[in-house]
Amino acid sequence: MAGTADMAAGTGGAATALRLVLKRLGAGLVTMLLVSAVVFTVSSLLPGDAAQETLGQSATPEAVAALRQQYGLDRPAPERYLRWLGGLAAGDPGRSLVANMPVAEVIAGRLPNSLLLAGLTAAVSVPLALLVGILSAMRQDSRLDRGLNIATLAMVALPEFLVATLAVLAFSVELRLLPSIAMVKAGAGWGETLRSLAMPVMTLSVVVVAQMARMTRAAVIAQLGQPYVEMARLKGLGPARVVFAHVLPNAVGPIVNAMALSLSYLLGGAIIVETIFNYPGLASLMVNAVASRDMPLLQACAMVFCGAYLLLVLAADVVAILANPRIRQG
Amino acid sequence: MTDAAAPLARTGAPLAWARSLPLTGKLGLALVLLWLAVAALGPALAPHAVGAFVSPEVFARPGAAHWLGTDYLGRDVLSRLLSGARYTVGLALAAALLASGTGTALALLAAVGGRWLDEGLSRLMDTLISIPSKIFALVLVAAFGSSLPLLLLVAAVTYVPGAYRIARSMAVGLYQMDYVQVARARGEGRLYVARAEILPNMVGPLLADFGLRFVFIVLLLSGLSFLGLGVQPPDADLGSLVRENISGLPEGASAILAPALAIASLTVGANLLIDAVSGKGRR
Repeated sequence: MAGTADMAAGTGGAATALRLVLKRLGAGLVTMLLVSAVVFTVSSLLPGDAAQETLGQSATPEAVAALRQQYGLDRPAPERYLRWLGGLAAGDPGRSLVANMPVAEVIAGRLPNSLLLAGLTAAVSVPLALLVGILSAMRQDSRLDRGLNIATLAMVALPEFLVATLAVLAFSVELRLLPSIAMVKAGAGWGETLRSLAMPVMTLSVVVVAQMARMTRAAVIAQLGQPYVEMARLKGLGPARVVFAHVLPNAVGPIVNAMALSLSYLLGGAIIVETIFNYPGLASLMVNAVASRDMPLLQACAMVFCGAYLLLVLAADVVAILANPRIRQG
Repeated sequence: MTDAAAPLARTGAPLAWARSLPLTGKLGLALVLLWLAVAALGPALAPHAVGAFVSPEVFARPGAAHWLGTDYLGRDVLSRLLSGARYTVGLALAAALLASGTGTALALLAAVGGRWLDEGLSRLMDTLISIPSKIFALVLVAAFGSSLPLLLLVAAVTYVPGAYRIARSMAVGLYQMDYVQVARARGEGRLYVARAEILPNMVGPLLADFGLRFVFIVLLLSGLSFLGLGVQPPDADLGSLVRENISGLPEGASAILAPALAIASLTVGANLLIDAVSGKGRR
């Protein structure tokens, strides 16, 4: 991701790194702004609007016009966009039409659950993916590597609902070990919460681990072909030493990038998993918003997801910049 | 092997090409061909009409009368699956063609159309690609609804940016090649250069990318249908079949497992095939 051309050793390493990080940050903000324009434009393309939607077909034109005015829908689109953008920036993205509550409150109720699910999945899948990816890169073209390759290739293409279905059948129908609905109760202890989250986390991890492991393997293998690795081997270092002391520090950038991209997949995967396990997270909230055409809520949810995605990509870029010794030491 | 086999395939020896694939590739090819056949012939092969209530027993186990059991209304699962595959495969194929076609056409335009066109298009596509695809699809469905033509459009629009990005990087690279510059110098028009000089040299990787997009779109559309936002009743694709039978989950009904496994066999098969065809050159 990070351009290598402008990475030639500068005078002050820290200053160069800082400048690159700031540049990425700025680019991220611009992208976020453009994304908000796309989300707003697409979701307000339709002629029928929220006022009509709320009052139904039988409403009198006067009533619709009054409500439209109350929602500010009679203003021209650019003005509504700016107002919405200002609201977003100030933490007030409007009112949910269905819940009849501020969108911020609705989202605040769901966001911790989603973060918990994503955090647990990351905690499970990152170490596992690193292990699988590095192992198969070290044993490149061995039977193990080929087996893992086919396994991850197949796992990447599995629909989440199949994994979830099989997990429910195995763990709650046959073995009766885990609950098939992931309820998060307010007063529940850690043990209970973990038990009820076990299957959603497992389901999400299957696809994420497979993706991450494939990209980790590719990143490590790309480094294994470099001359410095051959040099280290010729020095007589064992394969483990070569990988851990020489390859990994150089592969951190690509690996973190792979992690970020795969974790961003969580955002989409969560939509199916939250629905199937009845988990009260942000993704299922967004699905409900689509079903009930609750546009303010939908727009806000979409922006949260896009923001999370951009943050992940940004974090990966920053780590890649900081991990690159040519920039760090200048 | 694949390198030697590619021209063979072109001169009309698909069997030799298929034989040259590794075992996983053969398996993938067989699965993909199976599902294409089912999509084409499915309704004709179905033992019962799609909507017919054929059994008093709901969620019956697979047996001689109903090979894959019955669903939540006592309909024949096999018949519904054979008919549903047509929507899954057909919609995804059409959407993937549309996405790859549009992405490639825009990429060629960007490559030959000069700096401003390239900048503008690339900026737009970069923006669209920073919206996670399922989120983008949800926003589009909320705005446009989910009739069959609109679903096709939603899936295509969602995957155009990815197709554009891959095709553009190839097209821009090819545009710098000597033979393209020679064509330009001898006065060929830009569109001719794009069509006759650049496009033919991108076909291989484009086909692999098309396959991947097909897999993504199958997963996206089945996911949407599973959420109730995709293909609407009375029509049903494979994802809808999983959704409508979800109440059979506690008893492990075949009505929910069969369509889910069907989707998986299609996507996994396509993935294995793509890997076998394109993997050799990459590694």
